[in-house]
Amino acid sequence: MTTEILGVIVTYGLTLLLAWPLGKYIAKVFNGDRTMLDFMAPMESLFYKLSGINPREEMNWKQHLKALLTINLVWFVYAFFVLIFQDHLPLNPDGNPGQTPDLAFNTAISFVVNCNLQHYSGESGVSYFSQLFVLAFLQFVSAATGIAALVVVLKALREKTTDKLGNFWEFFVKSITRLLLPLSIVMAIILAFNGTPASYKGKGSYVSMQGDTVNVSRGPAAGMIAIKHLGTNGGGWFGANSSHPLENPNYITYITEMVAQVIIPIAMIFALGYFIRRKKFAYVVFGIMTIGMLCLLIPTIITEVNGNPAIAHMGVTQPTGAMEGKEVRFGPAGSAYWSVVTTIISTGSVNAWHDSTMPVSGLMQLLGMMINSFYGGCGVGFLNYFVYIIIAVFISGLMVGRTPEFMGHKLEAREVKIAALITLLSPFLILAGTALSSYVLAHHPDADWAVKPSAWLNNPGYHGFSEMLYEYTSANANNGSGFEGLGDNNIFWNITTGFVLILGRFLPIIGPLAIAGLLAKKKYIPASAGTLKTDSLTFGVVTLAVIIIINALSYFPALTLGPIAEYLSLH
Amino acid sequence: MKRYILPAIRLTVVLIVVLAGIFPLFISAIAKMAPGKGDGETVTHNGRIVGYANIGQKFTGDKYFWSRPSAVDYNAAGSGGSNKGAANPDYLKTVQERIDTFLVHNPGVRKEDIPVELVTASASGLDPDLSPAAADIQVARIAKIRGIPATRLHALVDQYTKGPLLGMLGPSKVNVLQLNIALDDLK
Repeated sequence: MTTEILGVIVTYGLTLLLAWPLGKYIAKVFNGDRTMLDFMAPMESLFYKLSGINPREEMNWKQHLKALLTINLVWFVYAFFVLIFQDHLPLNPDGNPGQTPDLAFNTAISFVVNCNLQHYSGESGVSYFSQLFVLAFLQFVSAATGIAALVVVLKALREKTTDKLGNFWEFFVKSITRLLLPLSIVMAIILAFNGTPASYKGKGSYVSMQGDTVNVSRGPAAGMIAIKHLGTNGGGWFGANSSHPLENPNYITYITEMVAQVIIPIAMIFALGYFIRRKKFAYVVFGIMTIGMLCLLIPTIITEVNGNPAIAHMGVTQPTGAMEGKEVRFGPAGSAYWSVVTTIISTGSVNAWHDSTMPVSGLMQLLGMMINSFYGGCGVGFLNYFVYIIIAVFISGLMVGRTPEFMGHKLEAREVKIAALITLLSPFLILAGTALSSYVLAHHPDADWAVKPSAWLNNPGYHGFSEMLYEYTSANANNGSGFEGLGDNNIFWNITTGFVLILGRFLPIIGPLAIAGLLAKKKYIPASAGTLKTDSLTFGVVTLAVIIIINALSYFPALTLGPIAEYLSLH
Repeated sequence: MKRYILPAIRLTVVLIVVLAGIFPLFISAIAKMAPGKGDGETVTHNGRIVGYANIGQKFTGDKYFWSRPSAVDYNAAGSGGSNKGAANPDYLKTVQERIDTFLVHNPGVRKEDIPVELVTASASGLDPDLSPAAADIQVARIAKIRGIPATRLHALVDQYTKGPLLGMLGPSKVNVLQLNIALDDLK
């Protein structure tokens, strides 16, 4: 067990070691400073030329939003139709069928919004064409969308008074050419050399030593698995995601994938410090996020390493911890670390099934997604944290009886209202969704859908309720992991989570962008002795308190019915 | 919105060509140099392909080291776990049955010594590995059937045990397919 814990510590340490210089580099890229990847500039110019874009055209926050939403709409329409007609398109060696409209609706949205809930299985639900030309493509561009949105906000925070916030297309394209694509190439090569398939051949087959004939799914998976982590997407090539021995063959790929999924979110925090020239602010944010992460991680590791009490009750000692839904090569500690990281940032890839983890771990995973800003997803992680900061500034202002200010701009009713609405949106979507599904389950168990409500749940009692709660929480957080026992490929889940996905993605982008845009237009007020210092540890703690209070008030009742009740029944 | 629709479509087309067309082709070309040439590494025994190096396969015969229970019965055209919750009574019954089956096939083993991964389903359903303890506990059964001294089998397990990465990171494991091939080669 010692080597497993050490594996976790070294993996996290390595992440920080790499995130530090990467953060500096990201700041330089968006600052327009010289970097070692400047040789990409001609390629970018070509992209702009072919697309009829002038990257020097300055946009205000509304124009940024319009550009962002327009291109996202284009992707959705494109993805939807390819998924429906994939059986008529090339690169389908396994002969997989087209998706039903409701599944295609869910899948298209899910990948456009960087979530990757997968209500299909990679081996049988999509063609190679869809995997590459829709899903992996969207994994790149959805991550770049989040990063570009964050850069706009940072630009607004940095300037004294302006409405010129750079060019959306430039931020977006550079996120791909300077960051996501180069890192993906490196990572895909590491994966390929450790056994992840990368060729276009269809299923392989062999006759086993016991004489069974077995077909083996494969395909050009390495590239997708790279971007699925670097872009905090999470949607895997295979149904079993990163627990699949081809998707995550050994401990080297475990470390690679673990580092990859959290490196950009952490690097973004460091980049923020350089970019807005407030390093101390960035360190405080990083510190609070890390404390939050540890509060979720430590109980999870302890619980998983101790094993399942119900199995201990049968008389089996569990020196290797809880192993249901886990792989031997990762072990319980490595799987626990993954499950927390993948839920606090919005990856949602898994190397062990969360449905089979212990109730305490399930609770931590749910909390990670509900808070959704301890590091958080590519770009959007800080946007979520930013909303909490606005609330914290407002509350601090009330406590000392001064008009609240943030980064030299007065925070007034309009901005606070936006922040409050965004904060309330998550509990509304999650709890209303779970309530609706519970109602349908209880009152219309035999509704004639692809999966009848009576067959939705893979587990009885409290845990079954958690499966539904988890699905909406994951959709709202744009996370994409699931308590996968849930029978979710039917019109009810495809449509309802589809709408939760859209709202849970775009409103939390629109809100912070609007707040930052509105602030940047206001008169700049130089800091004085009476200014609330947002880069102090005290303010960091206030923000953490705001996060805890808001989330506890929102979710405690629902969590009591799910994992907390399950915990009490198990012990 | 009208102003942005055309650039959005054109940029999308350009990026599809680069990210979905060129990028995976490039990786595929480089992977030709990797073990298995990017097709997935296979294992050959006595001149025929008996499996994939990384993918677990079903071993249920008493003369072989068993692999872990699988929710997809080691059908590698799919993958997945049981997704059973820790307190699910049906699930706990299944675990109890696996314990009973194991004890029947491995007389002399005490219940509390059964490594838990032998009675729980893996995440992928294709887990290629066992912990060294889970292999060692099967040695007595195999030694009896094959008439090979237990000490030789324990040595074999030791030989095929892969320690933690760099000797300090992650769990130890034994690849069941490799171990069983070596077992068949013992004469």
